[in-house]
Amino acid sequence: MSEATSNGPLLVASGVTKQFGGLTAVDDVSFAIPRNAIVSLIGPNGAGKTTFFNILTGLYKPTLGRVSFDGRDITGGRPDKIMALGVARTFQNIRLFGTMTALENVMVGQHTRMKAGLFGSILRLPRVRREERHVRDKAAELLSFVGLRPALHDQLATNLSYGDQRRVEIARALASDPKLLLLDEPTAGMNPQESGDLTRFMERLRDELGLSILLIEHDMKVVMGVSEHVTVLDHGEKISEGDALTVRTDPQVVEAYLGKQEAERQRTEDGVG
Amino acid sequence: MTGDAAAPRRAPAPVRGPRTRPRAPKLPRRARVGLAAAALLGGAILPLFLASGGGLIEDATLALAYVVMALGLNIIVGFAGLLDLGYVAFFAIGAYTMGYFGSLFHINVNGGEGIHVLVSGVAAELPGIHLNFLLIVVLAIIATTIAGMLIGLPTLRLRGDYIAIVTLAFGEIVGRIAINGDEITGFGTKLTNGRQGITPVDKIDLPFLDPFTALNLRPWYWVAFVMVLLVLFVNFRLRDSRLGRAWIALREDEVAAVSMGVPAVKTKLLAYGTGAAFGGISGAFLGSYLNTVNADQFQFSFSIFILAMVILGGLGSIWGVVVGAIALSFINNYLIPDVLNNVPARIGLDFDLTQLSFGIFGFLLVIMMVLRPEGLIPERRRQLELQEGIEDLAVDGDDVQPAVRP
Repeated sequence: MSEATSNGPLLVASGVTKQFGGLTAVDDVSFAIPRNAIVSLIGPNGAGKTTFFNILTGLYKPTLGRVSFDGRDITGGRPDKIMALGVARTFQNIRLFGTMTALENVMVGQHTRMKAGLFGSILRLPRVRREERHVRDKAAELLSFVGLRPALHDQLATNLSYGDQRRVEIARALASDPKLLLLDEPTAGMNPQESGDLTRFMERLRDELGLSILLIEHDMKVVMGVSEHVTVLDHGEKISEGDALTVRTDPQVVEAYLGKQEAERQRTEDGVG
Repeated sequence: MTGDAAAPRRAPAPVRGPRTRPRAPKLPRRARVGLAAAALLGGAILPLFLASGGGLIEDATLALAYVVMALGLNIIVGFAGLLDLGYVAFFAIGAYTMGYFGSLFHINVNGGEGIHVLVSGVAAELPGIHLNFLLIVVLAIIATTIAGMLIGLPTLRLRGDYIAIVTLAFGEIVGRIAINGDEITGFGTKLTNGRQGITPVDKIDLPFLDPFTALNLRPWYWVAFVMVLLVLFVNFRLRDSRLGRAWIALREDEVAAVSMGVPAVKTKLLAYGTGAAFGGISGAFLGSYLNTVNADQFQFSFSIFILAMVILGGLGSIWGVVVGAIALSFINNYLIPDVLNNVPARIGLDFDLTQLSFGIFGFLLVIMMVLRPEGLIPERRRQLELQEGIEDLAVDGDDVQPAVRP
């Protein structure tokens, strides 16, 4: 599907920098997401990963640098417009619309794909009626796709279990038929069994829907298992990138995660072993 | 001022701790439709049981006009979650539209001959501009929609309490201009008639009907009733639409909503515009019905009065707001002045109860917040949130944030 438009990378960020007052949260990061691929962004807490996400989705404007998606410049564009172009996301701390049902949450996700306006909605024209039915059916389908039991579709999002809320959030993001899905720590709070399920689910999204996925993740098992390419941020700077194995053995990465001393100790041990 | 006591906060904070009362039973759909139909039918035939020129029908008509305004404010505050403390501005703009285009106000226009469009009876003979009531309503809708969006613009970047401050200021500005407008002149006319008011105002003049009179209030009541029906219809349709969902999404979590593709600016402006338009319709009606467009009608306390109706009935709940508006309107216009007014005198106190009106409303709101924070007829969502969610809230706090991190 998406390959048809062009063969370059789906998303390219070049020289992206974000400063908050004197603090540089993201420092000159360049980065590309290929089509139909799963790539990861990792780094210690406070490394600037979520800030980077927020820049890609338009919640923040970068201080410097450019972001282009599918051949279009989206630097500092409005979040809803970037969403309409095909970038959907989930949040680190689940942000569902608590007083809406699971189904309604997913229906909101389809907002940009709908046309009904003020007067069409008041008069409930046949066109609007059809659209509404279609959107409702599709939402139910998506919820089943992510594995939410039909009995829970009409439950308020607040009342769902934590794992189900994660599912609904992914369904809501998928509702806009995105080309790129950004997942911010999707396995947070999941047990190994659930993380494994999610890993397989991401692969399904890539293979069946042709999506690209950018993953922020702390669970190294998930990251190493699923990503074709890993980028590591520390203190806002890109300190390493490559395939999972390259990154895992990069001394700078080990240092960033475990501290300098521990990294040296490991290095000597490796040397001995 | 006593009105401050009534100034309500946003949605009531979620109650913590164990559930204190059983969940309100949800009526089956058929029963609810039946109940609504009975209420509407009762409303439609009510005037037949009231004296056609009496105080009760006068109060009932006023109550319906307030219902229209409360339903308009409900779109802004209840659906979209934008706390608007300046709703009186739209009442004023609607009423002045009526005053400008349906009275002697522009007495010298057209060389003193006047301009007349589709009017009959006395109004057709008088100098000044006299348009048909329906045309004036259309103009009022246009004027208030634009005003609503204009007041919306500066609040777009603001949240919560700050929106309240800006809208409050806007309401105050319109109120002050109304008072001092008799000293603002241009194009050979004053801006308003200040406290003196624009009076008399043309009576409603509908096609195929005789112009309305002050002696028979039944036609007025029915016109107000039809306005309520229309506004109810629009409210229900919008609530269950793409736009309604977008409003609620913005109210719940603006960051998530824009990230899911809801355009914040457009969606909020539509809420302000639609809500304001209802205020304009009601304002134009009241201008004619009360036969005066008077600056004293457009003060801050009126915004609070309408907001109290919305909160008393149930923020975001359409039927709740209808009930809240009727209840407060009857307390204000009938119960306090006509029934209980001399109670203080009877027990030897030297004041009228009407002087305490806003104190009484404030007291009622406090009682409500304690006993039934979700309103008389709660919105389904808020009810579920406040009651079913209690167990979860007690454990997780009021956010859906995960407690566990690997």
